[in-house]
Amino acid sequence: MSLLTVIYALLFYAATALLAGGLAYKIWVYARTPQPLKIPTTPAPTTRLGVAVRMVKEVTVFESLFKSNKWIWLFGWVFHLCLLVELLWHLRYFTEPVWFFVPLLHWFIVFTGFGMLAGLAGLWARRFLVDRVRYISGPSDHLMLALLVGIAASGLTMKYLVHTDVVALKAFFLGLLYFSWQPLPADPVLLAHLALVSILMMVFPVSKLLHAPGVFFSPTRNQVDNPRERRWTAGWSAEIDNSKIGRPG
Amino acid sequence: MANFETPALREYPVIPLVQEGTMAHSRPFVAKPDIQASVGFPGELVENWEQKAVVKLGELVSQSRALQVFLDSCVKCGACTDKCHYYLGTSDPKNMPVARQDLLRSVYRRYYTFAGKYFPKLVGARDMTKDVLDEWYTYFHQCSQCRRCSVFCPYGIDTAEISMAARDVMDHVGMGQKYSNEIIGKLHKIGNNLGLPEPALRDTLEGLEEDVKDATGVDVKFPVDMKGAEVLLITPSADFFAEPHIDGLIGYAKVFHAAGISWTLSSYASEAANFSMFIGSHDNLHKVAVRIRQAALDLGVKRIVVGECGHAWRVAYSFWNTLIGPFDFLDQNYPVPQHICEFTYDLIQRGALTLDKTANDDKVVTFHDSCNVARASRMGNMPGGQFVIPREIIKACVNNFYDMPADTIGESTFCCGGGGGLLTDDLVELRVKGALPRMQALQQVVDEHGVNYLAAICAICKSQFTKVLPYYKHPMDMIGSVHGLVSNAIVLNAKQ
Ligand code: SF4
Ligand code: SF4
Ligand code: SF4
Repeated sequence: MSLLTVIYALLFYAATALLAGGLAYKIWVYARTPQPLKIPTTPAPTTRLGVAVRMVKEVTVFESLFKSNKWIWLFGWVFHLCLLVELLWHLRYFTEPVWFFVPLLHWFIVFTGFGMLAGLAGLWARRFLVDRVRYISGPSDHLMLALLVGIAASGLTMKYLVHTDVVALKAFFLGLLYFSWQPLPADPVLLAHLALVSILMMVFPVSKLLHAPGVFFSPTRNQVDNPRERRWTAGWSAEIDNSKIGRPG
Repeated sequence: MANFETPALREYPVIPLVQEGTMAHSRPFVAKPDIQASVGFPGELVENWEQKAVVKLGELVSQSRALQVFLDSCVKCGACTDKCHYYLGTSDPKNMPVARQDLLRSVYRRYYTFAGKYFPKLVGARDMTKDVLDEWYTYFHQCSQCRRCSVFCPYGIDTAEISMAARDVMDHVGMGQKYSNEIIGKLHKIGNNLGLPEPALRDTLEGLEEDVKDATGVDVKFPVDMKGAEVLLITPSADFFAEPHIDGLIGYAKVFHAAGISWTLSSYASEAANFSMFIGSHDNLHKVAVRIRQAALDLGVKRIVVGECGHAWRVAYSFWNTLIGPFDFLDQNYPVPQHICEFTYDLIQRGALTLDKTANDDKVVTFHDSCNVARASRMGNMPGGQFVIPREIIKACVNNFYDMPADTIGESTFCCGGGGGLLTDDLVELRVKGALPRMQALQQVVDEHGVNYLAAICAICKSQFTKVLPYYKHPMDMIGSVHGLVSNAIVLNAKQ
């Protein structure tokens, strides 16, 4: 077993633990924190089902963003869609037999790497070209884009320029899953790709990537608009006791 | 007029280029100790305020899922950057919603997140310093809490929530805003924002009865503290004597009269407004609202109807049931509370009112959707009823109605520029500049359709427009109440 394999094996265990633990903690915090008042941005659905539909539209077609700005929507949506397909495609390194739908994606996978890059390039360009977005962009915003571009670019490099031994790579990851470590191919591009991915996993729970779980907990989007029909209380508002107030006598 | 330039209206609305610091000088008067005391806050900057502010901030975040999620989730996409009327009117980048949030987020990050504790430079985290506090005071008083940004943010991040939290933190360390806090203090003492005591209220209402009698020959009553009335009307106190608000109040009274429904005002709860929302203070929010529960029980009414006011309707519609419910002692056949527009619309639908549109033929009308009604509440039983119902009332009362451009009304409505506790003379420059997008849209219907009447259902909007319309070369009496139109059109005693 090479030192490299050991380092990467440990790196991925650590990254996975931080990602899972960090996200679980954050989700627990969001779920535990009460929302004392009703604050849906209206017009809002008046039923739970309606809220579910609103939420699905929000996370699949980015409805609010579409209303807001067509360029950001286009770049952002293309990026996220391609990322999603890529993530699913990568399942083939972790599943044996490969899940049935994964091979179906090979039609898309031709575009998705480039799609990610194009989307990221558009978003990054806005950070330089649009003065308002330039103003609000901090170092971490640029670094995050650099990280994602690095991941996409290294992935594309392996796909089209310097192929890596995918059979050995799969053995490595399955080995991680079943705790029987297998050697990792020592290709520099692959090592870079994996290192960047593990960094992404580790920063996820302490960065703005928290928008992913956050959107589901956003009260302006997930609350039902029915404050008159049903009395809402939570947190400090649940401690209100009006029973002594104003009763005659 | 003051020493600033009214922004020029253009042929098409444009998004201005960033110009740093254009509004850095704009800040409202700070509350004096006696005012602070009247709302339960320290009178001046407390010892150790930096630490106390940070602790308070942490406390607020731990009590609000909204803050927790909003402070973590912003990706700096920039979608909100051109959505705030204060940015559009001032070009000051700190008036872009995300930048305004960042003023507070930077401090939150520094003390409460891993990245901010260990890599402050990377994520723009800042220590709580006097400069930061001053910046908060400046720019969190340039947000009217209109929620336009939250419509357009992919995660629904509502800068209004963050402004409220920031103001609450500032109040807790002794740096309150004079305008809002003075008004809340008056309400605690007397029962309305104006500090209008009961005898004065009665006088005013008697005067109104005489005026209406003179004008119409009909005995329309304006009852106060009438036990056993069917409806308790809770309306902003501006309706009692400010123009054009008062025409709205006359309109409500005529509607009640025509419908034959007994109603009353309360001298104890003579105010719909609840400025405590603007300063994010739960205690004050509850304390102000609870007077209304008390009054409803004391007077033994069956229904509560709320007059034309934006943020007041938000508090009533969205918060009352939580704050001062349950309303099991009221008639469950009607929504509790009910908006005066819902009330009037219902009567129109049932054919219970006779309306003569020609009485308003001198007017070409457009309607300003007040933000708090548009984006923080509802009317009727379907989403978006808050846009339909007031327009239907207007259309039932006038022959000439034209909407402003679609991206400036409905859920995308632009704030009047004076909401959220900013309706004070020490912020006139901000108010005039913040009104720019609304004035731009108004100009368009003035040019295209000859609009000469801007109808609104918010006391703050009405006062704000009265002030800023002249800056944009419109007569100040162009603004009016929706129920002012009803008042003109309604034919009293027509059915007898
Ligand atoms: S739209 Fe929302 S996520 Fe985007 S910059 Fe504004 S607040 Fe942040
Ligand atoms: S709530 Fe309104 S005023 Fe405040 S930042 Fe958002 S758009 Fe601007
Ligand atoms: S005053 Fe009127 S337009 Fe302005 S924030 Fe309130 S409701 Fe909105």
